[in-house]
Amino acid sequence: MRYFPLTDADREEMRKVIGIKDSRELFADLPQDKIYYSLADIPPALAEDELLGKFSALARANAYPDYLSFLGGGAYRHFIPEVVNQLSSRGEFVTPYTPYQPEVSQGSLQAMFEYQTMMTMLTGLDVSNASLYDGGTAAAEGALLVLRKAKKDRILVAGNLHPEYIEIIRTYIHNLDLHLETVDFSRETGAVNLDDLSGKLDDQTAGFIFQSPNFFGVVEEGQKIADILHGKKAYAVQVIAEAMSLAFLRSPGQNNVDVAVGEAQSFGLPLGFGGPYLGFMAAKEEFIRQMPGRIVGQTLDREGKRGYVLTLSTREQHIKREKATSNICSNEAWCALRAAMYLATLGRKGLLEVSRINHLNTAYFAREIGKNQKFAVRFPKNFYNEVVVQVKNVKIEDVLQKMQDKKILVGIPLKWFFPEYPDALLVNFTESHTKADIDRLLKALGELS
Amino acid sequence: MNRLPELIFDISREGKVGYAISGTEFSDDLSAIDPDRRRDGLEDFPQLSEVEIVRHYTNLSQLNHSVDSGFYPLGSCTMKYNPKINEKIAGFEALSAHPYSPHELVQGNLEIIKTLEEWLVKITGMAGFTLTPAAGAHGEFTGMQVIRKHFDVIGQNRKIVLIPDSAHGTNPASAHFAGFETKEIPSNPDGILSLETVKEHLTPEVAALMMTNPNTLGVFEKNIIQIASVLHQNGSLLYMDGANMNAFMGIVKPGDLGVDVLHLNLHKTFSTPHGGGGPGSGPVGVAAHLVDYLPVPTVSRDKDRYYAQYFNKEGIGRVKNFYGNFLVMVRALVYLCALGKENLRKVAEDAVLNANYIRKGLEDVLDLPYKSRSLHEVVFSDKNLDVKTLDIAKRLLDFGIHPFTIYFPLIVHGAMMIEPTETESKETLDHFIATMKQVLKEAEANPGTLENAPYSTPVLRLDEVLAARKLQVRWQKGE
Repeated sequence: MRYFPLTDADREEMRKVIGIKDSRELFADLPQDKIYYSLADIPPALAEDELLGKFSALARANAYPDYLSFLGGGAYRHFIPEVVNQLSSRGEFVTPYTPYQPEVSQGSLQAMFEYQTMMTMLTGLDVSNASLYDGGTAAAEGALLVLRKAKKDRILVAGNLHPEYIEIIRTYIHNLDLHLETVDFSRETGAVNLDDLSGKLDDQTAGFIFQSPNFFGVVEEGQKIADILHGKKAYAVQVIAEAMSLAFLRSPGQNNVDVAVGEAQSFGLPLGFGGPYLGFMAAKEEFIRQMPGRIVGQTLDREGKRGYVLTLSTREQHIKREKATSNICSNEAWCALRAAMYLATLGRKGLLEVSRINHLNTAYFAREIGKNQKFAVRFPKNFYNEVVVQVKNVKIEDVLQKMQDKKILVGIPLKWFFPEYPDALLVNFTESHTKADIDRLLKALGELS
Repeated sequence: MNRLPELIFDISREGKVGYAISGTEFSDDLSAIDPDRRRDGLEDFPQLSEVEIVRHYTNLSQLNHSVDSGFYPLGSCTMKYNPKINEKIAGFEALSAHPYSPHELVQGNLEIIKTLEEWLVKITGMAGFTLTPAAGAHGEFTGMQVIRKHFDVIGQNRKIVLIPDSAHGTNPASAHFAGFETKEIPSNPDGILSLETVKEHLTPEVAALMMTNPNTLGVFEKNIIQIASVLHQNGSLLYMDGANMNAFMGIVKPGDLGVDVLHLNLHKTFSTPHGGGGPGSGPVGVAAHLVDYLPVPTVSRDKDRYYAQYFNKEGIGRVKNFYGNFLVMVRALVYLCALGKENLRKVAEDAVLNANYIRKGLEDVLDLPYKSRSLHEVVFSDKNLDVKTLDIAKRLLDFGIHPFTIYFPLIVHGAMMIEPTETESKETLDHFIATMKQVLKEAEANPGTLENAPYSTPVLRLDEVLAARKLQVRWQKGE
């Protein structure tokens, strides 16, 4: 087998050196009646060409690629420049472990330092860690971060935060004697109901987790939210599920938000059926010693030359064990590397331009669909690259099916998560959609009856 | 010698462009959004041409040691070869669907998830699996939540989780974040848990024991069946950290040893690459009585049709977005299909043979604190040496060898934890043994040589204390 470099002659000689006759003796400490169990139900080995055949067939069983998709909701299709694919595939980047020996890991470490820097520029905050698992777990870590920092036991979350993220936060805090309450959103604007937020804030509240652009695609008034929270000595944690929006919208830092967490899949990662993606966390300087995850810092070597190391490891599980700021160990380093490559490749001009195209494409759709009496854009102001579309007089199941018959995935039915919106779809537009794509969608929707 | 390139911010020049994405076909109508919700610009963000980006990252890559470039016997991390065909297949565009696609359009992907689950069930003897956790520690957290749920359901408020002193730091951290108090219990002079020690610490308060098996000394916890039995008599559960499953592949099923909850690391035993610190994947397997508590989503098969379920009132809820790290699962399944029944067992046999060969080669020159039989890794100590483990490790870098795991497990003085894996040749092992002996000779003759090592790396020994004291975690303009 090509993955095993030992020859039978090697094995024989090594067994002799060790002083055993048969490899089975290596397992002498194991219960002898349980080892070398039958492998009869395990399929036979496939050669490399057979592997390609088998998995090509599985790939062909996915009809998805034949469809024009407007699905978003926390996973977005953006164009990925080929340099990102080529460079990130280098074995030197793909196959090392966490950089525990910095002298032979400067490539990963410097790239990570550059990633951290670009994330602070995008979020307008002081410090960034080197990655978390994904947007949902980053939101949960954000909640735990401000609870630790504030030494309080109550947290508020926005009702228009991604429903999966809320589920994950609930799972994370479920057994920790912490209290979670949901803040309502305005049925008119789709944004957080600021009166409800003020009403639910109390002295035991550590902070408020809100998403902007929120699950409905609406951009929140971050500054107002932060001001309300700071008035009660609580922290503002902004979740960003569509990282592309960072280059178009006023940054969390500019809005005086304390912590930004979220999903950066949009920065150079394929949809990948949901993963691996890239959780991120950036915060004001005061949070750094409470942050979870790896952080790369600059230092000097024995001769005074610049170099990079993992730093502040006294926060982490391998030193602090049960008192660590998080249990995280392996994170999403390679995804962060791809994000760094993507950000550097698009650069200042490209990011500003692409993030703007996302909005302009969405705005075009919103204007056009609004002209049709059968539809309404539920929250027509201050969206980024997703809008909620209400369909009148046609059942949503029929809409989905009829559009699917035309090879279009029109969007996510909101009622999956919000039963109060049985007639609405969440529709996403990125730079990957051309005018012809959007016109095809508009035409197909117009033909619904 | 390779040198660090300048930072990307320092090579950036106004007006350079590294991309070409077609522009918008629409007018620049921004009336849908209030101007005060938009940002002005992206000051200091890099601007480079494509060739400069390619050179920057190519130069950076050449500063890394990796499995592709050389021996990487990092103990407990199972740095085996990551097959190239895995990468090719994980890159298939047709697998890269949106996670909210209708199930009938992603039957291939759902089949991949279900098939991998079935493989893991066969290999481990557990009754069911979730593949959603993103890494080993995330799997531990998920597994401990399942245990918490079990006691909630039967109405018992058990608070304590027992953890051996040889455990990885993620074990106590994961148990803590699942709401448990952890209690450390000592391993015996053979480096394993004795039945008596476990009995001593068993109280009605004990929810579970978290045991790594083979443990971090590379030793089989041979009392596991009796320990499982006394735990179960006490109403407690046995959690097995399967980070070291490489020693068990095709040899023994944890499910046959009395394990209730198990996590695996696809990025260790199952050959998916570590990526410099992730992405990983940490599937959790459970015994039959716990299957209902696994997190959502779950994937099922109904005749020839695959579907996912997103809600389960009985379960612990959700631990990760979507289906987990799907493209990591793809790689693991490709690997298992490549191995097949003919080669599965050889993974463990060769991995353990290689570790024992290194043990034999070095046990005359290094202190071996625990004499128990080694499985996939061997742990030496610097106790009888004039130099420290750290210095030996740093000197190895000059010979193109990535050092072993150092100073872990904590119960060994100056631990050197060596895990060669099955994907190394005898020639590589011989070279490693010879190099270690040479370094130890050097240490005897002139210890100063080691204290200043390495000499040939892109940077020399780095000041980690300075990094923490004078924190600089981002580039600043003009610095």
